[in-house]
Formats: sequence, C-alpha cells, structure tokens
Amino acid sequence: MLRKTVVAILFSVGTAAAAQSSEAILNLEIPRLQVAEYHNPYVAIWVHSNSTGDIANLALWYQMDERGEGEKWLKDLRQWWRRSGRSLEMPADGFTGATRRPGRYSMDVTAALKALPAGQYTLYIEASREVGGRELLKLPVTLPAITPITAEVVGESELGAVAFQVKP
Amino acid sequence: MKSKLLIVTGLLAMSLPFTAQAHRLWLLPAATVLSGESPWVTVDAAVSNDIFYFNHHPLRLDNLTVTTPDGADLEIQNSHTGKHRTVFDLQLTKDGTYKLAMASGGLQARWETEDGERRFWPGRGETPAHGEFDTAVPQNAKNLQVSHNSRRIETFITAGGPTESALEITGVGLEMKPLFHPNDLYSGEQARFRFLMDGEPVEGVKIALIRDGSRYRNSPEALELVTGEDGLAVVEWSQAGMYWLEAEYEDERAKAPAAVRKGSYIVTLEVLPQ
Repeated sequence: MLRKTVVAILFSVGTAAAAQSSEAILNLEIPRLQVAEYHNPYVAIWVHSNSTGDIANLALWYQMDERGEGEKWLKDLRQWWRRSGRSLEMPADGFTGATRRPGRYSMDVTAALKALPAGQYTLYIEASREVGGRELLKLPVTLPAITPITAEVVGESELGAVAFQVKP
Repeated sequence: MKSKLLIVTGLLAMSLPFTAQAHRLWLLPAATVLSGESPWVTVDAAVSNDIFYFNHHPLRLDNLTVTTPDGADLEIQNSHTGKHRTVFDLQLTKDGTYKLAMASGGLQARWETEDGERRFWPGRGETPAHGEFDTAVPQNAKNLQVSHNSRRIETFITAGGPTESALEITGVGLEMKPLFHPNDLYSGEQARFRFLMDGEPVEGVKIALIRDGSRYRNSPEALELVTGEDGLAVVEWSQAGMYWLEAEYEDERAKAPAAVRKGSYIVTLEVLPQ
C-alpha cells in the first residue's frame, strides 16, 4: 500500500514540475553524401507563427569568414532569406555559427521557444549546399512547448532525419 | 479604280501592327536577389527576338540610368559591347533595390509627298534635334500622321532587403507601378500589375509575358493580358524563371501636334522557386 502511495505522489509532483521544466530539443541530421566535391551545407532553422507571421531564428550555419565572403550565398537559403535573412545584419547575435559536417546534432531550443507567445507555429529547416541542392523541411509546433510530443520529418536529399521533441 | 486602290492601301496601313518593332529589347541581370557585402552583378543588354537568346544586336547604353536605393546615380563598370550583346558590371554597395532604366520618347510623323511617296521622320536610327519637327515635317502634307512615341526598358536588382524608392514612376510615357515588389516574386504566387500612361492608370494596355528558354520548347508560351479598369492586370507565376514582359498602349489623348500617343514598356522580372 505504502509503495503505491509513494508512486502516486511522485507522479503528481512530476507533472507539476513538467510545466515549468519541459525541454524542447531539436535533433537534426546532416546526411553523409557520396559526392566528388563535398561542402558542408548552409542551414537555417526558424519558427514562423501561423497567425501573426512573426519569425524567430533558431540557428544559421554558414561560412563565417573575416571578409564576410560567405554571406554571398545566404540568399540560396531561399525561404529563410525571404522571410528573415534579407532584413538582418550579419553575423546576427545568438543564433549564427559555422557550417557543420555530416552527422547528428541536438539543439536545446527551450529558451528560444519560451520567449515566444503561445500559438501554432511552423518550424522550418532549410539547407543549401555548394555544387549541391537545396531542401526545405517543416514541422508543426505548438507553443508553449509543454505537452510531451515528438514530431518528425525525414529529408530526401540535403537533410536527414529531423525530430522536434518536447520532454517533460 | 484609283479610289478603290487608295481605300485598300489605307486599310492595310491601319492594320500594320502597332509597334512595327522589328525586335525585342531587354536588360538581363545575372540575378536580381543578392546577399553579402557590396555584391557584384553582371547585366546583359541586347536586341533580339528570342528570349533570352543573344543572336542579333547589342543594346547601346546611351540613355541607361542606374538608380540606387537612395536615389543617386550608380556608375556602370567594365562595360563591353560585342557583336550580339552589351555587358556591364554593377557593384551594389548599399542594401536595397536598384532600378536600371532606359527611357526615350518623342514625336514621329508619317506623310505622303505629292507623288504619293511615303515619308517618315525622324529617319531610321536618327535622333532628331530639339525643335526639328517644325522644320522637318511639312505641316500640310497628305495623310500626315503625327504620334508621340515613348519607350521605357527597365529591370530591378535588390541587395539585401527590398526597398520601395525604385518603384516610383516618372509620370511620362507608359510605366509600371507594380502592386508587388519586382524582386520578391516566387512561383505559385500571384502578381498584380498596374500600368500608367503619362501618370494615369489606363485600361487596354496589351501585355505579353515570355519566360526564358524559348529555344527549348516549340511554343513561345507567351502569356497575353490586357489591363482592365485602373490599369490592373493579374498574373499567376506557374513556373520559376526569368521573364520578359512587354506592354504596349495607344490612344488619341495626345498633346498637339501629335494626334496619337503610343507607349511601350519592357521589364525583365525574375521569379524564384518556392
């Protein structure tokens, strides 16, 4: 009897805490491609409010060099450039970084998403690769991100498996 | 017999195509959406019938102006005129939308001499001097037709975020005041155009839109539209690509001594895929 009671109490405490401490994680795979000349892709990740159209950038990986020459190709992230990039000064605070090699990456986006008003959003992931192609993926996201959920999508060319997870 | 012949000739003359323009002209930027610090872009200018295939004459840049997002003039660089095209570079040192434009206009006259010979002024390829109309054109000539013809060729290029100053019109000749930004066009979306003649929206502007790559298909697949009230026409971009647009307009609301005013407007627009 005592053990069941203890378990019940622990569970209810856990649920209350989840509302405050839930984590939002974005897992992203850059696929390893068999090509003669491989360059790390430019990747942009952002959320877009379905109701207001507001944008919040989560990540931008591009060739960051002293002379800013890598900025020349930002426009090839076509949707991102149109919705956000073209109005920004590069490098932008907080979300820009260098390009990454093929592999699996995990990003904690909890803080970034907490800053946004509640509502329905679309999370976009766009990748463009030099002498390669371009791919755009999207996932639905409901904010605040407190209900445990996993949303997944798999790219066909420039992106691999992408998963957006809310963990209690 | 004679009168019948004259009537037939008259009818033929009236049914000649409005522009009687032998070839198409264009300004063709390599790209219209650019990112990075002070990007460079190359632009071609040519006269040719096939879109966008350079197989005829280069376009002279005598009256080309390149206007920056803050209204200044931008110098073209590295220009070269070859057999079939003129090419030049631009360095876009400020962010915003640049307008490239060539505009010209003036009076044109056609008449017949006493012997029934056709004459026209200005002569082919000639640019008349100011005031020459009064001396060069016999005011009482037979079948004298005087028109005011204006022509404008444009394109737009944006570095960074688009701006609106480049979309302002001059109020002279046939012009486009789009209800969209010319460097924000994507396939699957609609674009609404407004055409104005001498600053006023006009109905009846004939528009032809042709996508690049006509050589690789059997039909030019020209989209034809006519502006309605308020000078409006709507296009839905079914495919991405570079498009050549030509608009033509004519009416009799001309200033003397012209009886007819004619306007021609050409623009190159880039539609990107989603």
